[in-house]
Amino acid sequence: MQLALFIIFGLLAVAGAVNFLLQRHPINSALSLVVVMMSLAVLYWSLGAEFLAAAQVIVYSGAIMVLFVFVVMLLNAGEEERTHGSRAAYIAGFPGAAAIFCLLSFVFLTNGKAFGSTDLTSHLTHAVNNIAEISQVLFKDLLLPFEVTSILILVAILGAVVLARKEQ
Amino acid sequence: MAPNVLALLPEYILTITGVLVMLADPLFPDEKARKPLGWLAILGTVAAGLASWYQLRFGVLHAFYGTIQVDSFSVFFHLLIAAVALVTLLSSLDYFEGHANVAGEYFALVLFGATGMMLMTCSVELLMVFVGLEISSISTYIMAGFRKGKAPASEASIKYFLLGSFATAFFLYGIALAFGATGSTRIDAIAQGLATTSAPTLAFLSLALIIIGIGFKVSAAPFQVWTPDVYQGAPAPVVGLMSTAPKAAAFAVLLRILFSGFPAYEHRWAALIWIIAALSMFVGNLGALMQRDVKRMLAYSSIAHAGYLLVAYTAFPADGIASACFYTAAYAAMNVGAFTAITIIGGYNERARTIDDYAGLALKRPALAAALGLFLISLIGIPFTGGFFGKFYVFSAALHSGNVWLAVIGLLNSGIACFYYLRLLAALYAKPAQQNEHATYSPVTVPAAIALTFTAVATVLLGIAPNRILGLAQRSASVTTNQSSPLQPSAGTVSSTGTH
Repeated sequence: MQLALFIIFGLLAVAGAVNFLLQRHPINSALSLVVVMMSLAVLYWSLGAEFLAAAQVIVYSGAIMVLFVFVVMLLNAGEEERTHGSRAAYIAGFPGAAAIFCLLSFVFLTNGKAFGSTDLTSHLTHAVNNIAEISQVLFKDLLLPFEVTSILILVAILGAVVLARKEQ
Repeated sequence: MAPNVLALLPEYILTITGVLVMLADPLFPDEKARKPLGWLAILGTVAAGLASWYQLRFGVLHAFYGTIQVDSFSVFFHLLIAAVALVTLLSSLDYFEGHANVAGEYFALVLFGATGMMLMTCSVELLMVFVGLEISSISTYIMAGFRKGKAPASEASIKYFLLGSFATAFFLYGIALAFGATGSTRIDAIAQGLATTSAPTLAFLSLALIIIGIGFKVSAAPFQVWTPDVYQGAPAPVVGLMSTAPKAAAFAVLLRILFSGFPAYEHRWAALIWIIAALSMFVGNLGALMQRDVKRMLAYSSIAHAGYLLVAYTAFPADGIASACFYTAAYAAMNVGAFTAITIIGGYNERARTIDDYAGLALKRPALAAALGLFLISLIGIPFTGGFFGKFYVFSAALHSGNVWLAVIGLLNSGIACFYYLRLLAALYAKPAQQNEHATYSPVTVPAAIALTFTAVATVLLGIAPNRILGLAQRSASVTTNQSSPLQPSAGTVSSTGTH
């Protein structure tokens, strides 16, 4: 069951990502990004991370994608005009990417054992359920990083104000 | 005072001042200069520094379920960051010339950035370090592009933002893998988890990713490519800030992670740091030799100094940490001083860019030229300046630990570095070039003069009486090493090198 889910939604995520790159109209790209996000959410859910799956749907597929689509609409972005780009990128890009992919797969497949495996279930033994455990971490152990993130967002807002300001 | 308040007192003060600056900014008429807000920010920074000093009497403070640990190590870096922020604010008060009505956000960003850096140095939880790192980075990205309508400034900001975000992703992935291998993101728990982990390679991979992320932030080679362009385009006072304070915070984080979190893998990461240190010294110094633009030259010089500093990491813990702390302080004093001088000379529109533009400065502004000369002498590492003792402690710590070759490379590089620093120094006292004879320099204002005096006095004091700061540095070192592994060899302290 899990394997079937993984294969279906894994392929769907990859297909969505490829389509995202190939589409020339920004709206089509944005919509294929939704497919990627949703497939990833299903993968998270199949791994037992229900909270992460829900957050993925709400934050990425919901908030961020709506923002993307709005920006595309507001800018009235038309079909993409392709530039030729650099010749070196065309010639070296595909073989280079393929070579790095092959090298990495080779290393991981041959030395997979050396990386060892970890089992994180031991850290979840006290958990009543997933959500309860997450709220324990978020509002107790990691309360300060959670709160301080508000300063981070404040700085980002300040940055947006500075960037949007007109120079006299 | 509740422990949660006391332990984060400096951060609270800085944040509240920053918010006050933001709230007060719209109360000013549109075209009016925001100088009073600058003074408010300065007041907040001084108060944060004093609060940090006050924390020293409580020994080790823990807060927020063990996320925060305030000890003499964090206080050392808190004071350093507060001092750098103070100098930056003082030198930027009159920097904006015709654009002073938009400076309110700038002052707030300096304060928030300093908050992030301070959080990085007092946190023993990697996720907290990450949030602090992001706060400090995002504030500096924005400040780097503050001179709007200037192409190099936009280039600096965008480049810094893209590469910096990339680096932070490395750091975050490293944290995730560390959690995978050891089951915790808390530095002391990682050290314990390493002993029993079934995935040692994964743990080392996580450390390597963390080193890459921090390597970007401290502009160590081979992660240094952004440095020259960003330093050239960013406003001079911002370069003074971002070449010292965020770097000091990142170095402090690296010290904690390496010596308290991963002491068990010392034989492996020491080799990595060795390579990065040697490469940074060569890339920095050889790159600086070819520069005519003063800010680019100092950018390469800062890469080289990151290399010198990393030499200390390969030494025995007690020696290494103390000398690294001392070097950070000495480097901050002289580098921020040099950029304060450049701020005053160049102004908002950067009237002086290349070395030729500095020719004959001593005839017109003898005091300013003397101060800049002092910082350059200290950057070379000539005795009776902070730079000399910084290098002395670092290299002797390396020698004590048997790292002869790295010390030799460092000394060789100090020799190379003489050339380019002396070229600028000679230009200051040379006959002015034709086009420079009628160059006008804006008057040195009182706050800028205070900033310059403060950094000059600090540079000289670190060179004449280094013992006080060194004592503080050694106290910090003892905090960072006492909770770590049985692998540590017994190490002599730096004081045994005969400086007392």
